Amino acid sequence: MIEKEKINWIYKKIFTIRFFEERIKKIAKEKIVPGYLHTCIGSEAICVGVMAALNQDDWISSTYRNHGHAIAKGCELNEITSEIYGRKTGICKGRGGSMHISDFSKGMLGSFGIVAAGPAVVLGAALQEKINKSNKTCVSFFGDGAIHNGAFHEAAGLAKLWDIPMIFVCENNGYAEATATDWHLNTKELSDITKAYDMLSYIGDGNNVFEVYDITKKAINEAKQKNTPIFLEFKNYRFSGQYEGDTQLYQPQEEIDKAKQNDPIKLAKENSSKYGLNKNDLEKIINEAKEEVDKAFDFADTQPWPQPEDALEEVYVNYPVEINR
Amino acid sequence: MTIKTVKDAINDALVQSFEEDKNVILMGEDIAGGKGREQYQGTQDAWGGPFGVTQGLYTKFGGERVRDTTIAEAGFFGAAIGAAMTGLRPIVELMYVDFAGVCFDQMMNQAAKVRYMFGGKQKVPMVVRTVVGAGFRAGSEHSQTLYSLYTHIPGLKVVAPYDAYDAKGLLLSSIKDDDPVIFMEHKRLYMTSCEVPHDLKPIPLGKGRIRREGSDVTIIAIQRMNLFAEEAANELEKINISCEIVDPRTYSPLDEELIFQSVKKTGKVIVVDESNPKCSLASEISSLISEKCFSDLKAAVIKITAPHTPVPFSPPMEDFYIPSTKTIIDAVKKLKDV
Ligand SMILES: Cc1ncc(C[n+]2csc(CCOP(=O)(O)OP(=O)(O)O)c2C)c(N)n1
Ligand SMILES: [Mg+2]
Repeated sequence: MIEKEKINWIYKKIFTIRFFEERIKKIAKEKIVPGYLHTCIGSEAICVGVMAALNQDDWISSTYRNHGHAIAKGCELNEITSEIYGRKTGICKGRGGSMHISDFSKGMLGSFGIVAAGPAVVLGAALQEKINKSNKTCVSFFGDGAIHNGAFHEAAGLAKLWDIPMIFVCENNGYAEATATDWHLNTKELSDITKAYDMLSYIGDGNNVFEVYDITKKAINEAKQKNTPIFLEFKNYRFSGQYEGDTQLYQPQEEIDKAKQNDPIKLAKENSSKYGLNKNDLEKIINEAKEEVDKAFDFADTQPWPQPEDALEEVYVNYPVEINR
Repeated sequence: MTIKTVKDAINDALVQSFEEDKNVILMGEDIAGGKGREQYQGTQDAWGGPFGVTQGLYTKFGGERVRDTTIAEAGFFGAAIGAAMTGLRPIVELMYVDFAGVCFDQMMNQAAKVRYMFGGKQKVPMVVRTVVGAGFRAGSEHSQTLYSLYTHIPGLKVVAPYDAYDAKGLLLSSIKDDDPVIFMEHKRLYMTSCEVPHDLKPIPLGKGRIRREGSDVTIIAIQRMNLFAEEAANELEKINISCEIVDPRTYSPLDEELIFQSVKKTGKVIVVDESNPKCSLASEISSLISEKCFSDLKAAVIKITAPHTPVPFSPPMEDFYIPSTKTIIDAVKKLKDV
């Protein structure tokens, strides 16, 4: 049985992420938002389901497609929006931008823009947990496209060899940029690649937040009990383009329509009564989520820009160049 | 005469090279796009890379020669080396130069060393096309230039064109070249245009270009910095300061003669480089000038570079990071008074 408080949390987060991403998509059409935006519409259940099985101080890594992970991990909405807008009060002081939303104090080791950079970093955090006999859970999020990259494989091999109980979470959303996953996979199932490392793996419906939660929770227990890494593949659909502005020409309408029937938000709504939420409860959560997102974007609009010279902070080796822009 | 954007000029050079030599092939991530969805209309060549530069090649030349890859740079860069050694002329796309790290070994230890280390029996005629540059609000991992990373390595040639004319002429040469060439395309220059004759001949690597003749101060400008150098020179002309702008265009080999001639003429030199300053093209060129033209110099060479920081995301900080027209004007004025 899953406790009432957690259910509310799950619903609140899943709606917050959807509203947040819809809002930023809309804003990006209306005005200039600096930089690349990779939204995660369709990933909400994976972000929230996995994070529901973690504590705030457990470790994760994310990617350029990180808004959902950051929101679910407890990063402040105001600081996220401020960062996306490039403001001084942003979560990374305006240095990172949308692709690098990350707050170490919330257990985020980083949101990396280089595909497959995360798993090895999380492996290191998990090694630390092991050496210090502490028990924080370590999770790396990455996409289906990342499984072709050597860095992923090297991390996977070491994790297994060293008996590191980390969790690899692969979001199989049907595409890596403009390349369909069914084309780029060599194996029948994506998670079959773990066979090379004799690593445990499970496949789940990435649109069903409670299934994601369940599988993740069990996997964390099993990984710790057996001292072994576990690979989780969650299948979903990338409704957003690779980035905002992508024409998505390669995503056929009939495929999108079909995927919409399993939209994670739709499923969550349909399941709500099963989890003890009546119509009013749901409405209340939805309104709260909307309001918080609205507030965060209003906040960001009022925030100061960094000073140009702020760029020079926190570089621990200086080099004397005269800058007179 | 036709006006072409840098983006189209590069596409033209690719098409021409594909037509002239059946051994030319292209590999990279989403250089066509829409892989696995070919049965749907409009999906072919859906991307042409993130900037649409290679659009149309897949449709024209087919999937055997225009190959979308997985996100496996070490794999397809390595493959390009073997293919090049045995008869093809592969062009590989490194989507952003910032990803150099995941496939640097292939360039540094294999591509660059095969000809030398194996006794000169085999060459590696491959080209790496890659996208560089700040000013796109793309953050620390998608905005670097890293010119000097590759220029440092013996065995690699490095090309960084500024305008469409040079982009086409230099890419034609790079593809015909028998050694590995890193061809750097600046993302903020893709949509800039100039006249490019239809029958433009390949421009030899190692030949720089005087973009503007002048007599008071020499500005050596690297890739996009030519834009700001030109703007600065126009401003300075109004107050009767005459700037000569030298665009080396290729950094390995480097047209030292052209640089030295200009230094001899003006005795006052500024090098403008968008990269970080340590061990940069700016410091390299400046040191060469100090060594070889010491007696011609009327003042120490001034380097104008980015600060020693990663590229920041936020617009005010990123704008501060990139050398500006004003910085160049101030430096020229300082030298003029010497
Ligand atoms: C090493 C490297 N190569 C290429 C890229 C460019 N790139 C960014 S996202 C992406 C596709 C990733 O697809 P996937 O892993 O499925 O994640 P998704 O975007 O679907 O969440 C590529 C190729 C990169 N960031 N890093
Ligand atoms: Mg994907």
